[in-house]
Amino acid sequence: MTPSAPAPPSVRPGGVPGRRAPALRGGRAPRQGSVLTPYALVSPFFLCFAVFSLFPLAFTGYVSLTGWNTRREGSEATFVGLENYRHLVADPDAWNALRNTIGIGMLSAVPQLLLALWIAHLLNGRLRGRLFVRMGVLVPYITSVASVAIIFNGLFARDFGPVNWLLGLAGCDPVDWHSGLLPSWTAVSVMVIWRWTGYNALIYLAAMQAIPPELYEAAAIDGAGGWRQFLHITIPSLRPTIIFTVIVSTIGSMQLFGEPYLFDLTRNANGGAAREYQTFVLYIYQQFWFNGRYGYASALAWALFLIIVVIVLVNLVLARRVRGED
Amino acid sequence: MSRPPAHGELDVPFGVGPRPGRSGTGADRSPEGHASPREPSALRRFSRSGRGPSRRVRGGPGLATRLLLGLVIVMSAFPLYWSVVVASHDQAAISHYPPVVLPGPHLWEHVRTAFEQANFAKALWNSAVVCGVITLAVLLTSTLAGFAFARLRFRGRDAMLGFVVATMLVPTQLGVIPLYIMVTRWFGWANDLRAVILPAVVSAFGVFFMRQYLVTALPMELLEAARIDGASTLRIYRSVVLPVARPAAAVLGLLTFITAWNDLFWPLIVLNSENPTVQVAISSLAAGVTVDYSLTLTGAVIGTGPMLIVFLLLGRQIIGGIMQGAVKA
Repeated sequence: MTPSAPAPPSVRPGGVPGRRAPALRGGRAPRQGSVLTPYALVSPFFLCFAVFSLFPLAFTGYVSLTGWNTRREGSEATFVGLENYRHLVADPDAWNALRNTIGIGMLSAVPQLLLALWIAHLLNGRLRGRLFVRMGVLVPYITSVASVAIIFNGLFARDFGPVNWLLGLAGCDPVDWHSGLLPSWTAVSVMVIWRWTGYNALIYLAAMQAIPPELYEAAAIDGAGGWRQFLHITIPSLRPTIIFTVIVSTIGSMQLFGEPYLFDLTRNANGGAAREYQTFVLYIYQQFWFNGRYGYASALAWALFLIIVVIVLVNLVLARRVRGED
Repeated sequence: MSRPPAHGELDVPFGVGPRPGRSGTGADRSPEGHASPREPSALRRFSRSGRGPSRRVRGGPGLATRLLLGLVIVMSAFPLYWSVVVASHDQAAISHYPPVVLPGPHLWEHVRTAFEQANFAKALWNSAVVCGVITLAVLLTSTLAGFAFARLRFRGRDAMLGFVVATMLVPTQLGVIPLYIMVTRWFGWANDLRAVILPAVVSAFGVFFMRQYLVTALPMELLEAARIDGASTLRIYRSVVLPVARPAAAVLGLLTFITAWNDLFWPLIVLNSENPTVQVAISSLAAGVTVDYSLTLTGAVIGTGPMLIVFLLLGRQIIGGIMQGAVKA
């Protein structure tokens, strides 16, 4: 029920004590039909996963070694070795896309998680209309990326958007949110923040409610106020959950696609006239869908895949180290 | 797909839950070893959005907290409300200063236009079919595998479960290019709903979610009794496992349905506006140099409406699912 340490679910052989043990103590396993039955039960998952996820992923690696381009007849089978990867390393647009992805990722994940933490803290009290408040916070989560992007396109419109209108009231000049790095990154990040903050807040709230009240009682007796309780009890207790949400947000932002794609009304996957907010997946999509460069797009996808795996592993190692310090 | 399913399917903090086999009272213990008050039953836990009144020492929330929460809710709801406002006015109203703040009379008319221009009737039907089939399939495959992982013993089980968990952290959707080649050239499913459905019929999150639930909720004694009565595994699945799994399955079904409904990346690749899902229809409506905002936001309203209704009816379960997924699963 409570967040404990952030290790990958340690699935140890024989690690099944607890309720099962008494049943097995007689040395006789419960009969379970054929030996093959369990495999039959898990096989639908593994079969579908192999066909529609694992195989395409491996095949991406193969396609990335070919010069496959739908605009060149017979290019399917041209093996070009690491040529696509050499091209990738020297491709300024790929680096631009990576920079945009990381920039927008930071700009959306950091405020999002801080806000979520704060909202969870606000929610964690004796509230009247608890369900209503939680639903209010979660409404953005059920709104689709497409709807979010279209709605915020209007909110951020240059000539009549409410955001610029508010800025005008505050005496600022209208901002063209569709061009320039900082404005466009901000606009795209706001969509992500709006959609995911409430969701993360509920995750934090669940973890907060699992903190034993005795800790707060003890702190209160010691004279610690609300803010110090939050800093010294809530945050440390939430550490595993925070690490988890950081990892998930990181993976999510590395794959950001819908928001920047739909924010550019030309729908050419360029992410702004000067590629200001073209994310990495958007660039993959452009090379694949508009330019037909299957080989090169696969190299990009495989590269991003490796980047994400490395990030996840680094996160896991850091998480384990953080835990080790306790 | 840009950010969901990975996110939506990943709300299980690895290790932030009972270790395998840690069940019953063990699962209710905090890391410090304080036993928290046990809920009456595992089933009840899933049907509630929280854990009862908060046990914080602080008294009720002050005025500031309530005001801030009110502000948060306004910020959450405002974009949706604003889309209804714009969708119900004519195009000229949007450039009005100060902005219009109340809904106008033209919503119905715009809904009709959107249905004509963007194939929304077909899109809604397609989305319903796609999401319905995906949800049923995910529930079936997840309860089957979850049951096996939770309560049957077989060689390689722990390694396989570890593999399932690992796949939740791996961005498998980066295989879209071969997947596209596969479903369009090899299977011939271009612009065919099967291309959207089949890659989504299993969910690693679903398997793990059901396994974590069943490992605490499904008593071994019940299985033993069924065995002694001579029931086959399939029979046990039908008459013992499924009834026990129902509360968790309802939550998993809701989350799966929402994720499938909102998916954009993959449907955008394999479907076109002749045979769209709702998200594809919305995207096709809002393209071009001059945008008719009342019409595009009408599209957003149509696409969000059904989810909003589901949310109003079943919000408690959805919230419970997310919070349970975070802490327990």
